[in-house]
Formats: sequence, structure tokens, C-alpha cells
Amino acid sequence: MGAAGEQATSPDAGGGDLRLMDVVKRFGAFVAVDDLTLTVPQGSFFALLGPSGCGKTTTLRMIAGLEEPTAGRIHLGGLDITHAKPYRRPVNTVFQNYALFPHLDIFENVAFGLRRRGATDVAAQVTQALELVELPHLARRKPPQLSGGQQQRIALARAIVNRPQVLLLDEPLGALDLKLRRQMQLELKRIQTEVGITFVHVTHDQEEAMTMADTVAVMNAGRIEQLGAPMDLYESPVTTFVANFLGQSNLLPGRVLSTAGGTIVVDVHGQGLRLPAERNRCSNGDLLVGVRPEKIRLSHTTDEPSGATADTNRLTGGVVLDASFAGVSMQYVVRMPWGQELTVFAQNLHLTERFGPGTAVDLVWEPAHTFGLDGDATAGVVVDGVPVGAGVG
Amino acid sequence: MAVTTLAHPQPGGGSSSGGVATAFRSRRATPYLLLLPGLLWLALFFVVPVLTLVGTSLQTPLPGGDIGDYQQTFRIANYWDALQVAQPQFVRSFLYSGVATIVALLIGYPLAYMIAFKAGRWRNVLLVLVVAPFFTSFLLRTIAWRQILAEDGFVTPALKWAHLVPESAAMTASQLAVIAGITYNFLPFMTLPLYASIERIDPRLLEAGADLYGHPVAVLRRVTLPLSMPGIVSGTLLTFIPAAGDYVNAALLGNPGTTMVGSVIDARFFRFVDYPTAASLSFILMAAILVLVVVYIRRSGTEELL
Repeated sequence: MGAAGEQATSPDAGGGDLRLMDVVKRFGAFVAVDDLTLTVPQGSFFALLGPSGCGKTTTLRMIAGLEEPTAGRIHLGGLDITHAKPYRRPVNTVFQNYALFPHLDIFENVAFGLRRRGATDVAAQVTQALELVELPHLARRKPPQLSGGQQQRIALARAIVNRPQVLLLDEPLGALDLKLRRQMQLELKRIQTEVGITFVHVTHDQEEAMTMADTVAVMNAGRIEQLGAPMDLYESPVTTFVANFLGQSNLLPGRVLSTAGGTIVVDVHGQGLRLPAERNRCSNGDLLVGVRPEKIRLSHTTDEPSGATADTNRLTGGVVLDASFAGVSMQYVVRMPWGQELTVFAQNLHLTERFGPGTAVDLVWEPAHTFGLDGDATAGVVVDGVPVGAGVG
Repeated sequence: MAVTTLAHPQPGGGSSSGGVATAFRSRRATPYLLLLPGLLWLALFFVVPVLTLVGTSLQTPLPGGDIGDYQQTFRIANYWDALQVAQPQFVRSFLYSGVATIVALLIGYPLAYMIAFKAGRWRNVLLVLVVAPFFTSFLLRTIAWRQILAEDGFVTPALKWAHLVPESAAMTASQLAVIAGITYNFLPFMTLPLYASIERIDPRLLEAGADLYGHPVAVLRRVTLPLSMPGIVSGTLLTFIPAAGDYVNAALLGNPGTTMVGSVIDARFFRFVDYPTAASLSFILMAAILVLVVVYIRRSGTEELL
């Protein structure tokens, strides 16, 4: 930006998008990153979300230049940086355990990158960066004298002071306690908005990814399962992995009965459910019908028939197995007649309307909140339900 | 208090005899009891001999006595005389051990770095190889250098063929041979502390250095070297101190013009039976090394890293 005069490496023509094309990384026989193609728009806050070992950190390290891709290309703006040395890339990293230099004080830690590039106004830039993270008074301390949260901010300042085109964050909040983590999430988001640098954030915390990022890529086994805005990923997951990794989902095995007028009618253990055709990702007749726990409303069993009307899906025959109070909501576990246990979150709007264990209930939700997933994609993924006959006592 | 916290992990330590243990079994006494064997050992085998050494260094020959008969006096001029006798040897001692220490550092640092960061599963094998020379006698290994540097060996002809040394030069019985021998004999003492301190460096710090635009040379200079400073200091001390007092290499690989202080002390003590001069020289050597070490540690600023 304006303050950093030595951004000589940034070719402004063609924007500064980060593009990964068919990137593969193998460690021996193990494929860590499997044919990954990805574009991170300039100035966006991008999150790579996935369980440990899914290849997200390896992807980050390839962007930083700390690992070399086995195949594929990485472009930054108009620049091919696939094989560029890490010290030649306009990319900086906030490391997982901060990796602050223990022998240098905070000022010199932050100044490290500037000095290596021979910047002239080091003192002014360092002070500015320390002010950005609100710790200018710690300039002469040594890293071990700082708390975890402070070290985290210094690591951020040390990277950001260089005004890189892309800032990589490797689980930067992983070592902080919950409260500090929430606070730092907001802070990171503020700083990103303020400096306008592209942030690529690696995390296994789905809430962290959703609250901060403009775009989230969910990774599993070296591949991207789904990429999109947090809300789209949450409301319309396209794989069972995403449905279960990002929040919780109730997945009911079903069979398509009919498709008419943009609505699919599905048979789930003898009860009919509807879902919008555009929310079905399954190509064949056997599918998993999905609905998020907070979309479901419980009601006392009535004589109303089960099945679906135009604006309601209703599953009957449920029995409350467990009800736990979680402050903002009640969390119910409901056992269905075919043995599957479903999760329902009910907001605590009514002081009286609670369902104790043993209560017979119906589950009601809108067809628009229903999604359909490929039933065959469950391999290797833990789905809440189990098929009929395998119910546990 | 620091003492009380120190005592915590070892409650009732040093309870060899029941009565003493009961009498002293308090948290304040425990650390001192644990220190006792070491302190006794030091007092008996270090403090007492040093005092005897100082005493001997101030003696003068017994008038009318036999060779080797001395009386206790306080002749401080003994030190001056001793310095006159062995001045060139002192210079050589510090020169040779200084050069050998630098060469050992230049060889040992890359070696230790390689073992710590690049060796992978060969790490332990390489560490064993570093100490493997100790399985053979120090004297034998030093004598072996005569063979290595001999005119009809393959090292000297190869060096001459490459014009690295002049055609007329003799490699055995030379300064070069003495320094080579010292370097070789003390290399493990340099390498092991270096390895221990380099191995402790978090590799992510090196990655951070590269990520922050540090060329490998800059990362080595600004990150690796400062962080391995404790190893450099202890390695150089463990090499320099014994090397300065060494005389085996000078005796076996050198010529009369390459003797070191150790050789003079040896000769004064066993051949001239001149105990005061030998003792003075020993004491001067010890004091000189002590001063050098203190200055060195101060200047390298490693107190807080150690």
C-alpha cells in the first residue's frame, strides 16, 4: 500500500490474485495434496478448513515456498512463483507457534523482514505495525516475556509490516484459550479490512473459518470438498463430509419417489419428505436427506398425518431420548422408529414448551431447509444415523 | 526463595545414615547435602592442590642442599623468571591452540549443522562416528598423524602436486603438523556441544527467517549463529583450554622449535627437577586461561543464553 515503497515485485497488471493450478504434493507414497485448483481473489479473506492431515498446511507451505509442489503451478498475479525461493516471494507467514526469534527483542523481530530488504524507514514502519496490533509499549521486550496472545499479535505484526501481497496464517489462534481466540478473530478481521492484504487462513475450527472468512474451502484427504461463502457452505453442503464437518447435520437415508415442479418427494422409512430439486446433489435414486438441527421444530404428537405438505416436512414417531439445556437453546436427541437418533436444537423462546425424555414428538421443518446428498458418498465418513436394524438399545 | 523451591523435588534426599538424615531433614539442608560430595571432591582434589601449587611456585633452592631440595619462601620473582624462561612457548601455546580452535570451529560447525538438520535417520550413526576416535588411544592416534603427513604418504605428495604447499616443504615435525594434530584431537569436543545447541534450534525459526526475506546466508548469520552461540562458546572453551596446556601433540608431531608451555613444564618438572619454575608456569597458564575465558564469555554475551 501507500506506505510501503518497495513493493517492486508486484506486477499490478492483471491483479494480484493467487492461483493454484493442478497442484499435487506427495511425500513418498502419501499424497498430501491431490490435484488442487484454487483461486484466491486479491484482498479477500480466504480460509482453508479441514481436519488435521487433510493437506491444508501443506498447501499453505507450498504457497509460502517452504515446500515444493510435486506437480502443478502456483501463480501470484502475473508471477509464476511455483519454484521461487521463500525469501523471493511477496508472501509472509504467521506460523502456528509464532516462531518469534527468541534472541531478538520485539522491535528487531518486527524489523527482521524490513532489514533484510534494506528498507530505509525501519523505525517508523515497525512502530506503525506495533500500533496496528496495539502493543507499541513492548518493543524492547524479548518474546519469552510475552503472553501467548501478545506473541500472536507480534507474529502478525512481523509479517504484516512487510506489506506482502498474500499473508498466510497457519492455525494462528490454535494455542490461545477460547475467549482470547474469539477476541483475536475479530481483531484479525479488523486488521485485514484495514490493510487490505489477501489473507489465507488455515484452520480446523469451523466456527473460526465461518466468522472470519469471505470464502471458505473445505478440504478433506488432499482435495477441496466444497468452496464458497460460509453461509452457502452451511445452508447447502454438497457432500456428507461438509455437512458433518461444518456444523451438525441430520442425514436420513431415503429414496426418490417423484420429481415435479422443482420439488422432489422422497420416501424415508415410509414417510414422505419434500426438498427443492436445486438443493439435491444426488444423481441417482438413493440419497441422504439432510436437515440442520436448528431448522427442526418439535411438537407433541398429534393426529396429523405424517409426510409432506407444500410448506412442511413432518416426521412422526419420534421419542425424546435426551434433553440438555445449553443456555441459548435446548438440545434434544430424538430416537426415530427405525432406530436412528436425530439432533434438534430449539431456541429457548418459550419458558414452558420443553420436552422431557420419553415424550412422543413429531419433527417439523420447512422443505426449503432440506438438502439432498449422494448416499454413496458416506464411505469413510461418520454419519449420525445407522441403517434400520442396527439400532442400539 | 530459590533454595526452598529447589529443594522441593528431592524431599529427604541424601539420607544415607539415619541419624544424620533426621537431624538435617529440613528443606533448607537438602540442597547442601546434595552438594556435599561434589564440594568435598573439589576441596580435596582442586583447592588443596592449587594451594600446594602456589606454595611450590614461591619456593627457592635450599642453600647447600641437593638437587631437588627446596625451602618454602615467598619469592614472587619466580614468576618473572618463569616467564623469561618460557615466553616463546607461551606465545606458541596460545597461537597454536587459538588457530586449532578456529579451524575446529570451521570444521565442526558445518558438521554439527549437517548432523542436526540434514542427517535424518543417519543422525545417531554420525554422532557415534564423531566420538569413535576415542575408542583408540590418544597417543596412537597422534602418532598416526606422522604416517599421514609422511613424505611417502599420499597426503603430502597430493598437496604438493596441487601446489598447495611448496615442493621443498616438510610436513612432519612442523608447526602445521602440531596444529593439525591439536585440531584433530579436540574436534569432538568442539562438535558435540555445537551439535547439542544447534539441534535445539526450532527449524521453524529458520523457515521464518527465509519467509521474512532472509537469504540463507542472512538466516545463518542472523538466526542460526546467534541461537547456537552457547554451543560455540562451550565448544571453543572445551577445545581451547585443554589445547593450550597440551604438550603431547607438540612432542610427537613437532620439532624443538614448536614446543608449547606444556613441554616446558614437563621438562622443568621431570628433567631439571626445577619444581618452583614448573609450578609458576602452571599457575601462569591457569590464570591466563581463566582471564581469557572470562573476557571471552563477557564479550560473547552468552550469559543469558547459557
